[in-house]
Amino acid sequence: MRSSTLLFCLLAALPMAARAEVAFSGFVQQNTAFNSDGANPDGRHYKWLEERARLQVDATKDAWHLLAKGDVAYDHLGRQGESELREGYVDYTADGWDLRIGRQVITWGLGDLVFVNDVFPKDHEALFAGRPLEYLKRGVDAVKLGAYPEFASFELVLAPDFRESRIPDAGRFHLFGPPPTATEKPGQGEWSLRAYRDVAGWDAALYLHHGFQRTPSMRPNPNTFFYPELSIYGASLSGRAGEGVLSLEAAYYDSRQDRAGSDFTVPNSQTRLLAAWQTQPWEDFTLNLQYYAEHMHDYAAYRAALPAGFPVEARWSPTLGFRATQFFLHQTLRLSVYASQNTSNGDTFLNPELRYSFNDHVWGAVGANLYGGDPWGPFGQLARDDNAYLQLRYEF
Amino acid sequence: MKRWSVLLAALLLPIPALALTGEEAMKKSQAAFLYPGKDFKARVLMKLINRDGQERVRELTMLRRNVGAPGGEQKYFMVFFKPNDVKDMSFMTYKYPAKDDDRWMFIPAVNMVKRIAAQDKRSSFVGSDFTYEDVSGRDIEDDSHAIEREEKVGGRDCYVVKSTPKTGDADFGHKLTWVDKANFLPLKEEQYDRKGARYKEFSADEVAEVKGFPTVVRRTMKNLQTGHRTEVGYSKTDYNLGIDDSLFSERFLRQPPRKWVD
Repeated sequence: MRSSTLLFCLLAALPMAARAEVAFSGFVQQNTAFNSDGANPDGRHYKWLEERARLQVDATKDAWHLLAKGDVAYDHLGRQGESELREGYVDYTADGWDLRIGRQVITWGLGDLVFVNDVFPKDHEALFAGRPLEYLKRGVDAVKLGAYPEFASFELVLAPDFRESRIPDAGRFHLFGPPPTATEKPGQGEWSLRAYRDVAGWDAALYLHHGFQRTPSMRPNPNTFFYPELSIYGASLSGRAGEGVLSLEAAYYDSRQDRAGSDFTVPNSQTRLLAAWQTQPWEDFTLNLQYYAEHMHDYAAYRAALPAGFPVEARWSPTLGFRATQFFLHQTLRLSVYASQNTSNGDTFLNPELRYSFNDHVWGAVGANLYGGDPWGPFGQLARDDNAYLQLRYEF
Repeated sequence: MKRWSVLLAALLLPIPALALTGEEAMKKSQAAFLYPGKDFKARVLMKLINRDGQERVRELTMLRRNVGAPGGEQKYFMVFFKPNDVKDMSFMTYKYPAKDDDRWMFIPAVNMVKRIAAQDKRSSFVGSDFTYEDVSGRDIEDDSHAIEREEKVGGRDCYVVKSTPKTGDADFGHKLTWVDKANFLPLKEEQYDRKGARYKEFSADEVAEVKGFPTVVRRTMKNLQTGHRTEVGYSKTDYNLGIDDSLFSERFLRQPPRKWVD
């Protein structure tokens, strides 16, 4: 959806908002991430250094609800005009169905920082630069239709325009490969469907997605970023198992632009698998163990097409990881550690964080992002980008 | 009618108090405290107060629906208003007797619903001095119960019931509950650690009649070892509102209906 259309939708909702119950909230925030392992490619020593303010407006009238969530920020590292509409949508709720129109964050699937059926845009830079976790998700400009007949629930998301995931800035992060001289974005939109219901006490869901890869591929001569066509067919299951919650998820990634797998610039068709188990062995402690794997379908074709000198990816790419979270002091102090390692390319990511709520309005977090692995892996390329971060927020 | 039958029973049984076992008293107490009505709603204000008097506030709407008879399955739905960093978060619990609950949580910042592990019912509820068990009940069968004596609390006659965990792996030694003989509400509770030292104390500070159901609308849980306490007040309390089973679904966890949440 173009921003003018979005603006029109929000303006159209204004008369409704005028007579509605309206609530305001928001925050001001300081966020710093400094390098612990040398300078950026641009010579600076910070991955992130900004002050940010948010205003959120919630207006409700009968079956209508409007939400607008906007940020303005001052970036000390030279980015201009850092303001953004994080979300801005109108909801209409009827008995058996509902509708959400506008910019909205949508999260599907069961993975913790790994994505099988969560097809919606991310901001990978936010994760790598020590920003609060909510910034990992980018809103998508879409119409979402929910239908809730007896036998199952459905969510259909129609996005008239493609919105890509944000990848790290080459000035701030050491990225593998040359920068692009051009970027080609798909001219078409995307659609996604999720159907879900309870099956014998388990949460079961089926997913369909018809769109494009969220992260770009590179075509040489001239170096051009593009977003290959992609369809995804997936399923997930989550329920009680033993002394915890078991999550299973799988998806088939149909790389429509290169079904033979012989174009090395386009990702091969894949199967993605996730198995996770979460448990609470003692008070205020949660442990989530996670196994995630990607499997290339046309590996022989991929190997045959790959030019000499390019790094070779493995057919199976499994990642093992965990998140451990312990609360202290009446759950006002939280220590969490997220760690993952890819056993085929050695890609590692470690994110310890300590978060404290000083009172009901102010919280702060300190943490670190530590990377390792082969220089062409998603985390391995960032081996010189280790950073420590600080987030301090006043909420109102 | 009810009153007459109670009177009749009292006349027929010479010492009705002695006819009641500890387990029966606790069952009736649980029915009166956690199961009245077909459904229930309250706006809950929790104040977490430390030894130095510093306060933190948790404010939420709590909805409950009974699926079965008292002591049976229940569904809970909670939506948070305060503090700001948990505003609009919601929780849903399917509570089962004698097995682990099913729990889900909705995180509005990333618009995500997540099933969460719920093994430890003795864990603190949102950082307060109340545990999940204190909020939604402990299985009666987990403890053996005996009426120790009778005593007055705030001028009301109570049974004092001693409950001792049947298995040795519980994190407390025993507890004493002062159960109001007239309406079976727990007016006071003391929890003792395994060495026999009193460490937690519950008090029902105000009881009000709502739609004919005596309801504890103000309560306190004190941790005697840390000096920390949690005071809870209910407002907009109501019963038998006709809360539909479909409320307890992912759809409404993501978008709690305003009709039920205010």
